[in-house]
Amino acid sequence: MGDMNIQAIEQYRSDFLKEVEERVEEGHWVKMCMQCGVCSGSCPFGPHWAHPPQEIFMMIRAGKREEVLSSDSMWMCTSCYNCVVRCPRQLPITQIMHGLATYAHRLGLAPRNQPTRDFSILFWENCTKTGRVNELKLTLGVYFREGLMAGIKKAWNMRNIGFGLLLTKRLNPFELFKGHACKDQKGIHAMLKKAQEIEARRHKLPA
Amino acid sequence: MAEMKTAAYVCRGCGIGERIDTARTAKVAEKEGKVQLVRQHDFLCNAEGVQLIRDDIEKEGVTHIAIGACSRRSKTEAFYFPTVALSRANLREGVIWTQPETEEARETTQEMADDYVRMACAEVKKMKLPAGNPEVGHAKRLLVVGGGVSGMTAALEAAKAGYSVVLVEKTGSLGGWAAKIHQRVPFHEPYQDPAPTGVTELAAAVTGDPGIKVYLNATLSRTSGAPGRFKVQIATESGGSSAEEVGAIVQATGFTTYDIAKLPELGGGKSPNVVDQAGLEKLAMEAAAKGQPIRRPSDGGEVKTVAFVQCAGQRDETGTHLPYCSGHCCATSIKQAMYFKDANPGVDTVVIYTDLRVPGNGEDFYRSGQSKGVTFTKGKVSSVEAGGNGCKVNFHDLILDDKNASIQADLVVLATGQVPVSGVNIEKQEEMPAEEKKVISILNLDYRQGPDLPQLKYGFTDSHFICFPYETRRTGIYAAGPVRRPMDMVQAIEDATGATLKAIQAMENAELGRAAHPRSGDLSFPSFRVDGCTQCKRCTVECPFGAIDEDEQRYPVFNESRCRRCGTCMGACPVRVISFENYSVDTVGSQIKAVDMPDEFSEKPRILVLACENDAYPALDMAGMTRTQYSAFVRVIPVRCLGSVNSIWITDALNSGYDGVMLMGCKHGDDYQCHFVKGSELATYRMSKIDDTLKQLALETERVATYEVAITDIARVPRLINDYAAKINEIGMSPLKGFA
Repeated sequence: MGDMNIQAIEQYRSDFLKEVEERVEEGHWVKMCMQCGVCSGSCPFGPHWAHPPQEIFMMIRAGKREEVLSSDSMWMCTSCYNCVVRCPRQLPITQIMHGLATYAHRLGLAPRNQPTRDFSILFWENCTKTGRVNELKLTLGVYFREGLMAGIKKAWNMRNIGFGLLLTKRLNPFELFKGHACKDQKGIHAMLKKAQEIEARRHKLPA
Repeated sequence: MAEMKTAAYVCRGCGIGERIDTARTAKVAEKEGKVQLVRQHDFLCNAEGVQLIRDDIEKEGVTHIAIGACSRRSKTEAFYFPTVALSRANLREGVIWTQPETEEARETTQEMADDYVRMACAEVKKMKLPAGNPEVGHAKRLLVVGGGVSGMTAALEAAKAGYSVVLVEKTGSLGGWAAKIHQRVPFHEPYQDPAPTGVTELAAAVTGDPGIKVYLNATLSRTSGAPGRFKVQIATESGGSSAEEVGAIVQATGFTTYDIAKLPELGGGKSPNVVDQAGLEKLAMEAAAKGQPIRRPSDGGEVKTVAFVQCAGQRDETGTHLPYCSGHCCATSIKQAMYFKDANPGVDTVVIYTDLRVPGNGEDFYRSGQSKGVTFTKGKVSSVEAGGNGCKVNFHDLILDDKNASIQADLVVLATGQVPVSGVNIEKQEEMPAEEKKVISILNLDYRQGPDLPQLKYGFTDSHFICFPYETRRTGIYAAGPVRRPMDMVQAIEDATGATLKAIQAMENAELGRAAHPRSGDLSFPSFRVDGCTQCKRCTVECPFGAIDEDEQRYPVFNESRCRRCGTCMGACPVRVISFENYSVDTVGSQIKAVDMPDEFSEKPRILVLACENDAYPALDMAGMTRTQYSAFVRVIPVRCLGSVNSIWITDALNSGYDGVMLMGCKHGDDYQCHFVKGSELATYRMSKIDDTLKQLALETERVATYEVAITDIARVPRLINDYAAKINEIGMSPLKGFA
C-alpha cells in the first residue's frame, strides 16, 4: 500500500486536484464547487467533522494532499444525501466523500482505528469471503475490536437480545464454526476481481 | 380666448350622490365659487356626461372648467379637454372614500366636499391654458460624444430610427476599449467561450452609414442652447473647428482604468509581470498577432501559472481606492483565464476572489471556466511580492482560514475597476483654473451651473439609477455606458439603445414645445415678471436642471426647452415673480384662501396638506381606494414638487387661520426619490427656516411639519395625518382665525 502512495506522489507531483480527478470516484466534479457552503450547512454531522465538504474541496484545490487523505472527515459521512439534494451545482458530494475515503484507504493514509473504517473492513472481508454476510461473526468482530475484555463486556451487555434472537431462531450459534455460503463462491470472487480490474483501469490505478 | 367663461360640474356617480348633498355643493360653486355655469350629473365620465361638457365648451363658449368628481389622477382620458383650463375637485378618493359612512360624519364630509369645490373654482379662475413653449427648436440631429461600443451603438440605433447623427471621438479611431481587447465575454448561449469583439464590423457600420457624420481626433469646445437647438463647436486636433446644430446629446464617454501604480502593495508598477486586465488584453493581442501563447513580460519565458486578483483597488472600505464594484471584472478574469486554458490546459490559472459576481448569464460562463479547470480560490490578497521573473501572491484563504496562504505565479493580473470619464465635477469646479476646466471638460456647456453633467455618485453621471436611467440633470443630454455606471459591453449596448430612445423623445418633445421627462408632454413653462425681479439669483442657483442662465443685467434667462416644469424656481423666488400659466403662486394661493374657515370655537381645525403629485398625492388616492380613513379636517392640494412650494403659501395659510400645515414630499438625500432630484431637499431646507416666521406670528413651531412620503406609504399617510390632527388638537386652535 505504501508503494502505491509513493507512486501517486511521483506521478502527480503537486497536482493533487488532477490526482483526485483521475483516481477518485466522481473526483472530476471537485473543480465545479463554487464554495457556497450549502453542503456544510446542510450536513447533519456538520459541526462534528474537522473539514466539511466545502473545505475538503477547497483543500484539494489548494493541494493539501496529506491533510485531506489522512483526515477522518469523509469517514464521518452518513450518506444522508442532504448535500447532494441541495448542492446548486449538483455535485455528487456523498459519492465524492466515499470515493476519497476509499482512495485514502487504498493508499494506506486513512486514519487508524477510525470506527467507520474498521467496520467497513470487517464487513467487506466478511461478505466477500463466502458471498454472504455472516452476522454472528460480524457482530462479534465489532464487539472484540477493542480487545478480549472489552468484547466480553459488550457481549454480556447484549446477552438478553442475543437470547431473544436465539429463541426466535434468528441466530444460529453454529454459524460461528462454518456458516452458510452462496452457491457459487468462485463466481462471486471472479466477479469482484473483474470489477476491481475495471475500477483500476478507470481510475488509472497501478495494477 | 379673450373672455373667461367658467363652468363647474358636480358628479353624483360612484356613490358621491349618496354621501354628499350635491345640490348644496353645486350652490357653493355658484354662490361662493362664482362660476357662471353649474351642472350636476349622475355619471359625468360616461359618454353623455363628457358630451355635456364638450357641448358647453363649443356652444356656450366655456373656457375654464372645474370638475368635482374623482381624483385628478382618475378618468384623465374622459376628462381630456385640451382647449380649456381645467381643475379637479377630488370628491371621491379625497372625500367619500376616506370618510366614515355614518350619520355623525355627514356634516364634516359635506364641508370637505364643499371646500374642494370652492378650491377647484378658485384655482381654475387663476389658470390659463398653456400655450406651449414658444422657443422651440427644430434640430432633429443627435450628437453622440464618444466612439466606443456605447457611442457607436447609440449612433447606429438613431440612424436606424431615421435620425441623422454627429459622432465626436477624441482619438483617431472608433472602437474605444472594445478595440483594445482580444476577445469579449460571450453575449449568447451557450456562454462557454470568449467571442470575437465584433468591433471592426461595428465601426465599419458606423463609417458606412450615410446618416452618421464622424469626427475623429475631435472634442467639444463649446456646447450651448437647449434641446432641439443645441449649438456645438467641434474642435479637431489639427486646429480646425466646425459648428453643428443638434437636437439632443448622448454622452457615451466611457471609462478609464484605475491606475495600477496606485496599488504598489499588489505589485502595481513594480514589475512588468504584474498587469491590470487592460494590460493582459494588450499581451493577448500581441501574442495573437504573432500566433504565439502569451509569454512572461519580464523575460519572454513560458507562463505556467497565472494569478488573477479580483477587486484590486475596488470595493475598498478604507477610502483610499474605489469604493464600488465595477461589475464586469469577475467575468473578464474568467475570460482571460480561458485565454490560457484554451491554448494550453496545463497552465495553472487561479482566480482569487472574495465574492464572485457574474451578472447576466455569467453563471454559465463561470461554470464553463470551472470545467475548463480554472481554479477559483476564495481569499483576500494581502500583497504581491513582485521581482525578477516570479511573483508571490500572499493571501488570506477565507475558506480554510489560512492567513499565510500564498502561490507563486509567473504573471499576476489585477482586476482594477472602471473610473468614469465624466469631465469636470461641477460641484467642485470653483477650485479649478478656467483653462484646466476647459481641457478636462467634455461638453464645455456654457450653462451657468458648470461645463459638464452633474455627477450622482463616485463621479458617475446619472440622476437616478433605478427610476430614470439615462436621464441626467441636463435636459436633452443623456448618459450611456460606463460613464453612467460601471458595466460590461452587453450592458453598454443596451444602455446606448435606451439613451438614444430618450434622446429622440426629447428632440420630438422640444419641437412641439413640450416638456421632457418626468412631465413629458407638459406645455406649460415658467415665465417671470421682469419689473419685480430683484436679481437675487436664487432661481438660477436652485434650478436642479441648470435651465436658467443670467443675462448681462443679471436677470434670469429661462431656457424653456431645458426646463422640466418642476417649479423649484417658483418656490425659490422671494418676490414671487415666477409662474406657469396653469400653476402659479396664485393658483395655489387662491385655493388656500378659498377654504371656508370655521371659527376658533367650532372645534373644527383646518389642516393644509401640500402633497407632491408624484408620490404623496397618489399615496393619498390609494389610501382612498383602500378605504383607509383619515381626519376630515385636512384640505389637500397637490403640488408639482415640494420644491415649488413658496413660503408665502405657508404664511398665507397660517394668517388665514389654518391650524397646521403638512408638507409631503419625496425622500431626499443620497438615495433620494424626488422626480426633480433636489426639489424635496430644497423644500426641507427652506422649511427649516420657517421657524422664524412662526415665531413672528407667535405660533408654535409644530404648526408646520415636513414629511418624507413614498408612493408606497398607503397605510402610513393616513396615520401621519391622524397623528398630526391629534397633535393640533393638543396644542389647540390657531389664535389667528378671523383676522384675515
